[in-house]
Amino acid sequence: MIELRNIWRTYQVGDSEVHALRDVDLGLDEGDYMAVVGPSGSGKSTLLNILGCLDRPTGGEYVFRGREVNGLPDADRTRMRQHEIGFVFQFFHLLSRLTAQVNVELPMLFAGVARAERRDRAARALEAVGLADRAHHRPDQLSGGQRQRVAIARAVVMRPALVLADEPTGNLDKSAALEVMDLLDEMNGQGQTVVLVTHDLEIAARANRRVRMDDGAIVERR
Amino acid sequence: MRGLGGGLGFGDLVAFAVGALRGHRLRTLLSVAGVAVGIAAVVALTALGEGARQYVVQEFMSLGTNLLIVLPGKVETSGMVPFVGGTTHDLTIEDYRAIATRLPLVSDAAPLAMGTESVSHDGRSRSVAIIGTTAELQRVRRLRLGSGRFLRSGDLEQGGAEVVLGVKVAGELFGNANPLGKVVRIGQWRFRVVGVIEPRGRSLGFDFDDVVFVPVATAMRMFNRSSLFRIIVEVHTADDLESGKQEVLDLLSKRHRAEDVTVITQDAVVSTFAQIMDVLTLALVAIASVSLSVAGIGIMNVMLVAVAERRREIGLLKALGAGTGQVLGVFITEAAVLSTIGGVVGLVAGWAAVRVFVRIYPAFPASPPPWAIAASLAVATVVGLVFGVLPARRAAKLDPVLALVGR
Repeated sequence: MIELRNIWRTYQVGDSEVHALRDVDLGLDEGDYMAVVGPSGSGKSTLLNILGCLDRPTGGEYVFRGREVNGLPDADRTRMRQHEIGFVFQFFHLLSRLTAQVNVELPMLFAGVARAERRDRAARALEAVGLADRAHHRPDQLSGGQRQRVAIARAVVMRPALVLADEPTGNLDKSAALEVMDLLDEMNGQGQTVVLVTHDLEIAARANRRVRMDDGAIVERR
Repeated sequence: MRGLGGGLGFGDLVAFAVGALRGHRLRTLLSVAGVAVGIAAVVALTALGEGARQYVVQEFMSLGTNLLIVLPGKVETSGMVPFVGGTTHDLTIEDYRAIATRLPLVSDAAPLAMGTESVSHDGRSRSVAIIGTTAELQRVRRLRLGSGRFLRSGDLEQGGAEVVLGVKVAGELFGNANPLGKVVRIGQWRFRVVGVIEPRGRSLGFDFDDVVFVPVATAMRMFNRSSLFRIIVEVHTADDLESGKQEVLDLLSKRHRAEDVTVITQDAVVSTFAQIMDVLTLALVAIASVSLSVAGIGIMNVMLVAVAERRREIGLLKALGAGTGQVLGVFITEAAVLSTIGGVVGLVAGWAAVRVFVRIYPAFPASPPPWAIAASLAVATVVGLVFGVLPARRAAKLDPVLALVGR
């Protein structure tokens, strides 16, 4: 489903070049559940941003479902983010002025889904993460775990092929983290490909594939 | 609006914008106030300008419409003082009669002879303007009688000893008593009061309440004048003004064998005043526009702060699939909503200010012209759009990766 070949991501910092990714090769099949581990600054998030079409690599090939996407115009990459990719962030990134329901509706808003359908699908997504009764609460009225579950509902509401989670449990206590991971397991069980960045090895162990990164390169694959 | 949000519906854009604005109440309030002040100023100032214009036009119209004014003497426009001026003929009652009876375009005409004399009754006396005229003046100048009747149309040359009083003169001389049928003295002459004019007030500096009307021949004899002061001529329609003016000029130059009268159209006077007022209104609008553009810059400032503060949100929106056009649309809509709300608030405030003003000065017909209302709302929205573009472009161009981490 996804093929990364010789991916480089280089930043210019002053006079020197910093390599966030060095020659990364990575393949993902439909339904894969992969954990990316490694110390901070090892390039995990950069890898995730490139997979999510938020960032363009400096060199290399990225083939998504048979299509090379690095060279695609912004509009096409935006459409991919709308329909093919869902994001979950460490700090949840919910809009605090909007209720859980409306936060979950956002991706559908940009994808042009009609209002009634938006409402309906967001309600079902919240139900799926066990927060039907919190639909009209604002983020500040929810616990951290609940917020992240809302974020997961938002990430999957467009039924994307690929869910990218960047330290989804990094800001949660143990029990909330487990709830969130159960949800991600469940999404994967329903056939969605999940890529998870974490430095918690216990969390990483739940994935069926693991890669370790260091200094911008993949140093171990299991 | 279609296309602005790159696929986002207009309603969705506005709902999103309103939500975002509610998140920053104080800031929203202040920038709305900025626009509101600008719009209120435009509305109030145009209302005053328009009111002034209407006031002047009404004043003129209340004197009668389609009027020509004939005065003796030629107004030289060349600026040269003629070394040997042609003799200026008197404007006589015969001239008046000729204008009134012979010219087809003329519907009515009244002569005016003017002077000042003391009017007295029963020991009380008052120095007032004496207008010698005929029955026709009542129609031409739209005079209304409070009691009695106006001067009779009769023998022009003979005159008569009847007088019609302005309401102020009547009050001063007679108090609450009925002056009809009483005798007043004007100078050495005795007149019988036949009517009192309805209160009319000051009109273009001339107080119709503080005059008396006597037959024209009598007035000329009283003041020992051989020439009329003016002849007021009314033509049938406004279209007849120019040709009527020519008719009058032709007739009088034939009678006097010289071009020695001046004919001015009231229309020309009115339109001159109206033009002055239009320029005044425009100047007021220009001043008000300055505050509008200041308000626009205020909106831009607010939006720039909003973009800087909401980098994470913008990054998130992009990650969630918002395109460049949609982010642009979201922020422009926010600015437009801000300024439109400001426009509506300003409109209401300006209108209220005008109502208060009218309450204090009821005579002044101040009301914002419809074009000003429409234009100020349009301008408010355009200000928001224009000044919202720069911040919105900045938002749309943000790199989502950097924006998400708040850098």
